[in-house]
Amino acid sequence: MTPLPVQVERSTRASRISAVVFGVVLVALATLPFWGGPGDMRLVAEMSYFLALAQLWNLLAGYAGLVSVGQQAFVGLGAYTFFYLTGSWDMHPYWALAIAGPAVALISVPVALVVFRLRGAYFAVGTWVVSEAIMLGVTQVKALGAGSGMSLTPAIVRQIAPDRATREMIIYWITLALVVLVFVGVYALLRSRHGLALTAIRDSEPASASLGVDTFRTKLVTYVVAALFTGFVGAVIFLSKIRLSPEAGFSINDWTVVVIFMVVIGGIGTLEGPIIGMLVYFALRELLYQWGTWYLILLGLVAVIVMLRFQDGIWGGIAKRFDLHLFSVRRHLMR
Amino acid sequence: MNWPSILVQGTLLGGLYALFAVGLSLSFGIMRLVNIAHGDFIVLSAFAGLVAVNALGMEAITSLVIVVPVMFALGYALQRGVLNFTLGGNLLPPLLVTFGISVIIQNGLLQGFGADIQRLHWDAIETESHTLPGGVTFGVFPLIVFLVAVASIFALQLLFYRTGLGRAFRAASDDPDTAELMGIDKRHLFALAMAIAMVFTALAGILFAIRTTFEPASGPIRLIFAFEAVIIGGLGSLWGTLFGGILLGIAQQFGQALSPTWQILAGHIAFLLVLVLKPSGLFPRQRDE
Amino acid sequence: MTLLRTRGLRAFYGDFQALFDIDVTVDEGETVAIIGANGAGKTTFLRAVVGVLHGRPEMVEFDGKPIGNLTAHEIVRMGIAMVPEGRRLFPSLTVEENLCIGAYCDRPGPWSLERVYELFPVLKERAQMPATSLSGGQQQMAAVGRALMSNPRLLLCDELSLGLAPVVIRDIYARLATIAHEGTTLVIVEQDINRALDASARFYCFQEGRVALTAATNGFDRHAITAAYFGT
Repeated sequence: MTPLPVQVERSTRASRISAVVFGVVLVALATLPFWGGPGDMRLVAEMSYFLALAQLWNLLAGYAGLVSVGQQAFVGLGAYTFFYLTGSWDMHPYWALAIAGPAVALISVPVALVVFRLRGAYFAVGTWVVSEAIMLGVTQVKALGAGSGMSLTPAIVRQIAPDRATREMIIYWITLALVVLVFVGVYALLRSRHGLALTAIRDSEPASASLGVDTFRTKLVTYVVAALFTGFVGAVIFLSKIRLSPEAGFSINDWTVVVIFMVVIGGIGTLEGPIIGMLVYFALRELLYQWGTWYLILLGLVAVIVMLRFQDGIWGGIAKRFDLHLFSVRRHLMR
Repeated sequence: MNWPSILVQGTLLGGLYALFAVGLSLSFGIMRLVNIAHGDFIVLSAFAGLVAVNALGMEAITSLVIVVPVMFALGYALQRGVLNFTLGGNLLPPLLVTFGISVIIQNGLLQGFGADIQRLHWDAIETESHTLPGGVTFGVFPLIVFLVAVASIFALQLLFYRTGLGRAFRAASDDPDTAELMGIDKRHLFALAMAIAMVFTALAGILFAIRTTFEPASGPIRLIFAFEAVIIGGLGSLWGTLFGGILLGIAQQFGQALSPTWQILAGHIAFLLVLVLKPSGLFPRQRDE
Repeated sequence: MTLLRTRGLRAFYGDFQALFDIDVTVDEGETVAIIGANGAGKTTFLRAVVGVLHGRPEMVEFDGKPIGNLTAHEIVRMGIAMVPEGRRLFPSLTVEENLCIGAYCDRPGPWSLERVYELFPVLKERAQMPATSLSGGQQQMAAVGRALMSNPRLLLCDELSLGLAPVVIRDIYARLATIAHEGTTLVIVEQDINRALDASARFYCFQEGRVALTAATNGFDRHAITAAYFGT
């Protein structure tokens, strides 16, 4: 049988160019402490961890079809694990950080086994209920500070670095490293066989099941991996905030509503979408925040309109128009 | 542990939760639409009642005369103008659109009324209570709410199973495309279904506002109670939803008896237990497929 | 008198063109058959007529009026009813409720619940049972009865014989003859060529979205039909 005169390739010219561009941006951001101010670092850190959360939510909802409105549970749990380990167990912050992710991943397994009994929109509300239950549960535990929460003592924080400037730099780099790790991790996952299985499940669960894809395990693995990284992000977020309370740690408005907005506006089901969505959100925030609640109403309105008219989001529209993919997760047939 | 009291109070509370759940159940049963903003519409109705009371000097309970038609019209317009376009298979659009609407309502109310805690009153009945022979006390108003819930479900069952319109709803819920072949305009029918759901949402809103305090952010937890009642009771059955609400109410009262801060958590735990042990709910509708 | 006329009817599923310039005429009181292989466009044609698929208004004319862009529920009210492929009875409704919902648009005419029960006595026996508890043939009867309840001037039947035993098919087509006798115009889409041709006065043979052949059935050469059916 003569071989086809085509080749299967993973990258396109656009993706190779964008890889270079992103590399340059990354170097610029990594060196930010040396050419920017502390305000800049804080802003980029915030953009980074939101981007991480957005990529993870997109992995769940856009690729695995798991629309979770309860990821804030893992943010809070990651933060609480970190605060508890450093506070009550006197663990070094770096160790506590490293453990936060896996601890949350472990908790996410029984959570998944419960919520996976629900489907579709009911799954979404179910994850929300579980998150509320976890928050209420944490509020009852004295060792976790009950209703008033916990704080990081100066002693704990100084273990990272004795002076504030160095500390801010280190935490900034940790945040940056984390978002790069999340991005690379999600990208690698999607390019793997696991990712192919996910796309198949997203397109048609019964069909992929009939082809031998273990849909339950694939979704479970995706959910746990997302929880793992969300836990890391939660720990890092509150490491820089120093103060943690149940409402803040498990806030659906802070960690889920905004994240969903970013992914939907940017383009769900694409890797580029969350980046665009995050940038749009921060741009809008800079422009409009003095309008208070009107700004939030506008966000809600934009989300509604995008979902009604432009379901693919900003990037989805661009990608379709120009067949442009910066992060290739597909395989292309080239002559 | 005053068990009789827990059971009685819990059951009456369950009536309120069942009333919360009716609108959610309707829109899911007929259009397969889970309205994330459902709780916010309950709160919106309460605020509409507040406006009627303050601006028109009405009694809270008579404000229903205005609030119900307004919410009926709003439900029709919302479904016909916005939500109908999200239907059709893909899970994300209806979820995210109603999510966006929830954000809009909450912040709109915040903008319009501020974050103050509000309350509606029914001075005549609010504080009245009776004591049963066993020594259990119950409030008259919670009993009224419970009876309203039962009457509502009864009326809906009549509508669905004894009228031509109900038949059309069931047919459109089964197979909207074939229903069109019967001459049913599904855009209109779905809008009507949402309008009817809003009637019960408005009812729930005014009654709950008389029973407890409310503010712009009170919506989401109402959605969760409604959702828990539906899941515990079992999908597809309105009477099941009533029992789900009752069970939720009893679980919450039990939790509260243990410790006041445990009330809502106890409800969540009951919900999660049902989900683990009997995922289809306690009284799901048997369907010949 | 022409009841239904399509002019240059085109239909698309997304980018895929399923019908190419279909010209079909059906006179009042006639029974016309549409035959063709799987994928030839027969069901697509019916869906375009009944309003599930939309085109330009003048592509489909019913009783002289252009209906090509109307929605199904509007067209049903004008007097076209369809027995859909696969029966599509409503599982949540009883047999009787399924029949009654057919009368949703309240069109006057000879067909009523009693008359449908006369035509299909087995349905009366099972009136209060869930529609899905009926056998295939009984479900087909219920689907036909349901369509009749709207008192249509034009009845479109999509693949009535699909999945049914020959004895049952014969029974159903016998009732169809009664329906035609009452004056209802019928368009029958079938893969079972003989059954379709025996029941009709004229036929169209579709092949890959086009009309390959049309003639009166009486005495027509079956070989020519086979050639048109398969496109040889």
